Amino acid sequence: MEEPLERRAVISGAAQSDIGRRLYRSGLDLTIEASLRAIEDAGLTVADIDGISTYPGMGGPFGGCTGAELHDALRFSLNWRDGGAETSGQLGAVHKAILAVGAGLAKHVLCFRTVNEGSGGAMRASGGGGGAMPPAFEYLIPYGVTSAANWIGCYARRHMHDYGTTREQLGAIAINARTNAASNPQAIYTDPMTMEDYLGIRMISDPFGLYDCDVPCDGSTVVIVSHRDYAPDAPNGAVHVNAMGTALRGRPSWDQFEDLTTMAMRDSAASMWERTDLTPADVDTAQLYDGFTWLSMAWIEALGFCKKGEGGPFVEGGARIAPDGDLPLNTNGGQLSSGRLHGFGFLHEGIMQLRGTANVPVADCEVAVVGAGGGPESGCLLLTKEIR
Amino acid sequence: MSADPPPRFISPHAEGEFYWTSGADGVLRLQRCGDCRRYIHPPGPVCPYCHSRALSPEPVAGTGTIATFTINRKEWIPGFEPPYVFALVEIDEDPTIRLGTNIVGCEVDDVEIGMRVEVEFEANGEWHVPLFHPLPVERSEE
Ligand SMILES: [Zn+2]
Repeated sequence: MEEPLERRAVISGAAQSDIGRRLYRSGLDLTIEASLRAIEDAGLTVADIDGISTYPGMGGPFGGCTGAELHDALRFSLNWRDGGAETSGQLGAVHKAILAVGAGLAKHVLCFRTVNEGSGGAMRASGGGGGAMPPAFEYLIPYGVTSAANWIGCYARRHMHDYGTTREQLGAIAINARTNAASNPQAIYTDPMTMEDYLGIRMISDPFGLYDCDVPCDGSTVVIVSHRDYAPDAPNGAVHVNAMGTALRGRPSWDQFEDLTTMAMRDSAASMWERTDLTPADVDTAQLYDGFTWLSMAWIEALGFCKKGEGGPFVEGGARIAPDGDLPLNTNGGQLSSGRLHGFGFLHEGIMQLRGTANVPVADCEVAVVGAGGGPESGCLLLTKEIR
Repeated sequence: MSADPPPRFISPHAEGEFYWTSGADGVLRLQRCGDCRRYIHPPGPVCPYCHSRALSPEPVAGTGTIATFTINRKEWIPGFEPPYVFALVEIDEDPTIRLGTNIVGCEVDDVEIGMRVEVEFEANGEWHVPLFHPLPVERSEE
């Protein structure tokens, strides 16, 4: 019998914070205390920890803190993080950590659950518990920037400053999406767009105009993930997961990421390529998040299709990213023209390309890369038609 | 911005409340570790570098350099009138400390990456909001 995956994992340390009826300490404070004790109990240091797993994550009941708060508070550099209630109960956080370790995604995953029910109400009533908004936004919202257009616009601006990237180069991504959307019966916007149209539309958050921003929509995308033993039985052909990119090695922040000319896709992409012998030269199509035009460019650079800073010249004129170009990009129209399906639209299109059933098929498509996310939210997949 | 300050929805966590009140005496303060002496932003309960809890707000010069910015031209919040600049300012004491802020005292189209800026404070209810304005360009002539 095949050895069960979970046998590859162990629990190397355990500890609790101080426990009491009302400690009048924040959930983060208690989590840090227990974390440092447990890390020491395991004979490790903060630098050794490369994963965090928590239940229930953001918005969960009974106080506590989120994985991101702990991530930033001790400046962890992570290859994997998970948090959420949609799992196998509170221990689901541990189950997922075991799977991640067994799969080789992380070496040491810190799992936690913190409750702050006793003090939480009292501290809020006295004004000492703070924070009606998530900490990530506490220093952004007061300055009138509530939109990702503002936050990501800052990165695009710095990229333009450092590398000479132009509005016309960003426009090539928007026009490519609009051109491809014309063949997609589910697309939102299909009227042709010229560079004049792109440059002439009103500005939202300079350097982003309206056509740099994706379009909200209603819709659902579903994919079924199965064991590869099932592949011969899949009636429409199975697409193989060759590698996944999960790393979060920088600060989990919209405004405090160390490098203002890239985002967390830098780490997603690097960690994906670390897990495969395939290279960017093997990729036949790229489906890359375009919540804003510049994000696709940042993904292209992060994935190594060109050098860092050369994404502008890479997409300029649009020929290279067209369906018959070297790197067909967002062949269904992307979120810019086909609607914000929040990353899953790119995954769907990558699968259709590998099956050969896309609306705008790429010739001889064997390898597709899918990258989703902007700012501190990011992950990618390398999919292949056959096992590679 | 006008004499009537915009709504800013300031709602600090306990460790960061000082950031929004420090300007009462005209001085910008940042959280600093009493042991390893590094600055920390946003403020937190424990030093991210040495894990000390000996943290307190300390005055800084209030000068820095614009690392990047965006000119917001759409109204997102009623009463917060566009256009306005949101910038990330690296402070002189430690350029890895990056403060989000609005740039005031100049036209939005005159803001540039690398521009030298200095703090000022906007009285806004109980808060003193750190904003930055351009410093005069230094002249090298004798
Ligand atoms: Zn310290």
